[in-house]
Amino acid sequence: MSNLPETGRDSRVTIRLVVIQILVFSLLLTLGGRLWYLQIRNGDQYTAEAADNHIQQVVAPATRGSILDARGIPLADNETRLVVSASRTDLMKMKDRGKAVLTRLAGVLGLPADEVAAKVRLCDAKTPKPCWAGSPYQPIPITDEATTQQALQIRERAEDFPGITAEPTAVRRYAGPGGSNTAQVLGYLSPVSDDEIIKAKAAGRPPLLRSDQVGRSGLERQYDAELRGKAGVTRYEVDNLGRVIGKAKSDKAVPGANVITSIDARVQAIAERELDQAMKDARKELDKNTGVNYKADAGAVVVMESRTGRVVAMASNPTYDPNAWVGGISAKDYQQLTGKDSDYPLLNRAIQGQAAPGSVFKVISATAAVNAGYSFTDNYNCSSSYSIGNQVFKNFESKGYGPINLGRALEVSCDTVFYDLAYRQWQKDGGNNPKHPKDWFYRTAHQFGLGKETGIDLPNEVKGRVPDREWKKRYWEANKDTWCKQGGNAEDYAAKIAKENCESGMRMRAGDSVNYSIGQGDTLVTPVQMATIYAAISNGGTLYNPTVGKAVASPDGKTVREIRPTAHGKLPFDTRTRNQLDAALAGVATQGSAAWRFEGWPQKEIPMHAKTGTAEVYGKQTTSWFATYTQDYTIVMTISQGGTGSGASGPAVRKIYNGLYGVDDKGKIDPKKALLPHPQEKLPTIEKDGTIEAQKIDPPAPKPKESDAARKEEKDE
Amino acid sequence: MSATDGYNVRRYTPERSTWGRLTARDSVVRRLDWVMLLAALALSGIGTLLVYSATRNRTELNQGDPYYFLLRNILNTGIGLGLAVAAVWVGHRALRGGVPILYAISVLLTAAVLTPLGATINGARSWIQLGAGFSIQPSEFTKITITLGMAMLLAAKVDAGDRQHPDHRTVVEALGLAALPIVIILLMPDLGSVMVLVVIVLAVLLASGASHRWIAGLLGAGVLGCVLIWQLGVLDEYQINRFAAFANPALDPSGVGYNTNQARIAIGSGGLTGSGLFHGSQTTGQFVPEQQTDFIFTVAGEELGFVGAGAIVFLVGVVLWRACRIARETTELYGTVVAAGIIAWFAFQSFENIGMTLGIMPVTGLPLPFVSYGGSSMFAAWIAIGLLQSIKVQRPVSA
Repeated sequence: MSNLPETGRDSRVTIRLVVIQILVFSLLLTLGGRLWYLQIRNGDQYTAEAADNHIQQVVAPATRGSILDARGIPLADNETRLVVSASRTDLMKMKDRGKAVLTRLAGVLGLPADEVAAKVRLCDAKTPKPCWAGSPYQPIPITDEATTQQALQIRERAEDFPGITAEPTAVRRYAGPGGSNTAQVLGYLSPVSDDEIIKAKAAGRPPLLRSDQVGRSGLERQYDAELRGKAGVTRYEVDNLGRVIGKAKSDKAVPGANVITSIDARVQAIAERELDQAMKDARKELDKNTGVNYKADAGAVVVMESRTGRVVAMASNPTYDPNAWVGGISAKDYQQLTGKDSDYPLLNRAIQGQAAPGSVFKVISATAAVNAGYSFTDNYNCSSSYSIGNQVFKNFESKGYGPINLGRALEVSCDTVFYDLAYRQWQKDGGNNPKHPKDWFYRTAHQFGLGKETGIDLPNEVKGRVPDREWKKRYWEANKDTWCKQGGNAEDYAAKIAKENCESGMRMRAGDSVNYSIGQGDTLVTPVQMATIYAAISNGGTLYNPTVGKAVASPDGKTVREIRPTAHGKLPFDTRTRNQLDAALAGVATQGSAAWRFEGWPQKEIPMHAKTGTAEVYGKQTTSWFATYTQDYTIVMTISQGGTGSGASGPAVRKIYNGLYGVDDKGKIDPKKALLPHPQEKLPTIEKDGTIEAQKIDPPAPKPKESDAARKEEKDE
Repeated sequence: MSATDGYNVRRYTPERSTWGRLTARDSVVRRLDWVMLLAALALSGIGTLLVYSATRNRTELNQGDPYYFLLRNILNTGIGLGLAVAAVWVGHRALRGGVPILYAISVLLTAAVLTPLGATINGARSWIQLGAGFSIQPSEFTKITITLGMAMLLAAKVDAGDRQHPDHRTVVEALGLAALPIVIILLMPDLGSVMVLVVIVLAVLLASGASHRWIAGLLGAGVLGCVLIWQLGVLDEYQINRFAAFANPALDPSGVGYNTNQARIAIGSGGLTGSGLFHGSQTTGQFVPEQQTDFIFTVAGEELGFVGAGAIVFLVGVVLWRACRIARETTELYGTVVAAGIIAWFAFQSFENIGMTLGIMPVTGLPLPFVSYGGSSMFAAWIAIGLLQSIKVQRPVSA
C-alpha cells in the first residue's frame, strides 16, 4: 500500500482515464459537428428532399378559355363529357389490387377487361401502351365517351365501384360554327412533355403540370398562357406507402381567359368554302403549258380589315378537322396529318406558304419606279417583247399595248413596261459593275415589308425573300460548289442554268432585275404579306401587323385587354402616288385584267380594287394570285398550281365580297344579306359572370351544286 | 427533542428513521450524483415523447392503440428506475460477491437465444420472447455482467494491495470471461452488441492498468478479427449491405441505402428548431424504419431540430462527464474499472447509434441508451446508472 500515491490512485490508471475521457468527448464533438453540418448547413436541401418524399399533388386542370369570333361565337370552347376515371391509390389498397372492380367496370362500359386493366398500369420502360404516364395519384381516365346510362350505373352502385368516378369533365371542342373550320388558325392542343416542364421551370415561367395540355400551333399556342389558366392543385401528405395522411396547402384552379378574335365565323365559312371550290374548279381546267389539268394542290385566302390589319377570315387548304386532336390523337390520324404522304394540312399556308408573287408585285415596282424618278403619268412603251442582248423577255401572251402610262400598265399588267424600267435602273446602278447602286426596286420591296415577318399574332410565320444583291451573294456562296459541279458539261437546260449560276450567280444580272420587276424569279412572299401591303395601299400607307386576337377577356369578364393594331411601317409613297395606284387598281377591277370577274360590281357604292398575278414556278404549274381591296377589306387569295390569278381565284374572292356586302351576282346590294358591310368594331358583350353573349349563327348553307355556272373562258393577265 | 432532556438520545443512535436517513447530511440521497441522474432522466423523458411521436401512427406496430408504445416506454423507464434504486441499495461492492452468479445467468440466457427459445428480428437472433408482447434481449445485460466480471477479476489483487497492476494471468482470465458471451453473441449474429462489448473490454483493460502490451495486442487482434469475420463470411448479406450502404449512401436509395438516406433526410430537414414535436413529415409518414428503436434520433432531428438533437448529444455528454468524474474520484480500482466499462459502453453505443443516423457510422442494430424504446436496453442502462451512483456513494472517504 505504501507505494500508492496519496489519492490511492495509481498514475497509470489516472492517465488512462484521462485518455478515455478525451476519446469520449471527441466522439461527442464529432456528433455535434456532423449534426450542425446536416441540419444547419445543408438543412434546406434536406427540407426539399423531405417535401418531395411526402407531398403528392392531385391536379384539377383549369378550364381552358374559349376562342371566340368577333361577335362572340365560340370557335374553340369546352364541352362536357362524361369521363370515367379510376383512382389508382384506391385500387391498389384492395386485396386483388382492384382487379374485380376493373373487370366489373369493363362490363359496364362494354370494353375488354384487359384493355381497362392496361389503362391503369403505370408506364415504364418495359410497359407497352396503353399505360398511364401521369402521376399515380392522379385519377386515371378510362374513357371520355361514357353515356349517361353508364355513368348513372357507376354512380348508383358506388359500393360496387370503389375508387371509380364518373364525372362530367370539360374537353376541348372546336365547334366549327356556321360551317367554318378555322383549323390552322386555331391550332391544336397536345399533352405537355417532360422536356417542356423542365424548360418552363428553368425559364421561370409559370410551372406546367403533367396533366396540362399545351397549345401547339395557331391561336392555341400564341395565347396559350392566357387561355390555359392555372390548374388547381390539392396537395396531400402521404406516408412511405403512399397512403394519404393529411392535406397540405392547396391552390384553387383559376380558369383561363377568353380570347376574342377578329375572325367572323360566317365570313370564315365562306372563305373556306370558296377556296375549296376554287381549287376543285381549277383541277377541272386544262393547263395549256403542261397539257394536264391544274393540280391546285394548295391554297390560302386572307380577309383583312384594311384600316386595322385585323384578320376577318384566314383559310388554308388542304385542311383537317381540329377535333382529331381532342382526347389524344390516334396514330392513324397523326400519320395522315404529318406523314410523308400527307399534304401537310397542319400548315397554315396563309402565313407559312410562300411563292413568287407574279404581277401582284407590280404595285411595288411601280412605286419603286416613281421613287427612282420616273413619272407615273409618263408614257412607256408596252411592246410585245423586250430584248436585252440575246435574251428576249416576252409580254404575257405576247400582247403589246403601245405607249401607256404606269397606271394603264398596272391595269393591263404589262410586263415590258416594267422590264424596261428595271433594266434602265439596273444600268444606272452600274450594270454588271455596280458602283454605289441605289437598288430602288429592291429597297422598295423591303420598305413594303417583304423579306420579313408581318408580325401576325400566329406562331411560325415565314419571312419570304427579297432576292437582293446581298441575298444573291449569300445564296451563291452556299450553292456555288453544287452549281459548278452540275454545270461542268452543260448540255441540258438545267445544267446550262447551273453553269450560268456558277459563273455569275454572285452578281445581280440584268435578267435577274428584269424578271424581278414583275414578281418572278427568286422572290418569295406569303399571302399575309401581300394582304398587309394591299391593305396599306387601301388605308393610305400604314403597314399594320395583322392580328387575329382582338381582346383577351378575363374569365370573370372584369378585365378586358384589347389588342390594338400596331404598325410596322409606312409605304414609301406620297399621297399623289398612292391615289394614282389606287385609281389604277380600281381600273384593274373595272377595265383591266380582273374586270371580267367583277362584272356588274356596284363600283360606285363599293369601289373595288384588284390586281391579278400568275407566277411561274420552275418545274411546276403557275401560281394564281389575286389581291383585292375595298375601303373596308382586303382579300388576297393564292392557289398553288392553280392557273391564272383572275381565272382560278377570281370567282371565290368575288363571292367573299358578295357575302360581306350583300351583293348578288348581278351587282344588286341587299343590306339585309350583308354579313359584315363594315368591320366589326364593338367587342361582344361580356356578362358579369364571364359568359359572353354570342350572336346567332345559321347552320352552314347547303353546298352549291358542282361547277360554277358563271365560270368563263379565261381571259388575259 | 426536548431541551429539558439535556441530551437527545435519538440524535446519536444509529437507528435513525428512514426519512432521517434519507435526508441526513451524509445520507445516500444527498451524496447521489444528481446532475447525472437528472440528465439520464431527461434523456428518458425526451425519449418517451419521441417514442410516442414515432409510433402513434404506426398502426401495424401499435395494434391500433396510439399509446401502446408510450405506456410501455413509461413502464420500462419506471422499472429501469426501480432497478437503479436497487443497484444503489445493494451497492456495487455487495454485488461483487454475486457477480459469478449474475455472469452465469447472463451467459445462459444469451446462449438460450440460440436455442428455439430465441426470436429473430431484423436478421439477428437476439431476443427471447416472454409472451404478452414482452421480450428480453440478453445481450444488453451481458454489457453489465462482462464489466462487473472483468472488474472483479482485474481489481481483486490490486484492491487487496497485493499488486500494483493486474498480472498477465488475471488479464487472460478476464479476457476469457469476456470472450465466452462475445462469441455467443457473434453467432446470433448481433454485430452491434459485439462491437460495444469489444469496446467495453478495451476500456476495462485500459482502466485496470493492465500492461500496455495487452492493449496494443487486443487492438491488433481486433483488426485481425474484423478481417477474419469478413473473410470467413460470418456476416449475413444484410450486414454486408449495411456496410456497403454506409460506404456509398447513394447506392440503391430504395433498397440498401434506404434507411441511411431517409434518416439523413429526416434529420437534415429539421433545420435549427425542427418541424415541431408530432409534426415531422418524415416521422408521420413513416419513411424511416425502426424509428422508435434504433432510429429514434431521427425523430429528434426532424421534429426538434438542431436545438433538440443537440440537447440529446449534450445530455449524453453530461452523463458521461459525471461518470468520468466518478471514475476518477473513486480510489478503489474495482469501482474505477466498472465506471470505465460503463463510460465506454454509453459513449460508444451513443456514438454508433447517433452516428449511423447521421451517416458517419455504418448501420447496426443498437439502441440509443435511455432514449430508444426497448425494455432490456432501458433496464441495463438504468442499472448502469445505479452502479455509477453506488460507486460514488460508497467510495472510500480516504485511502
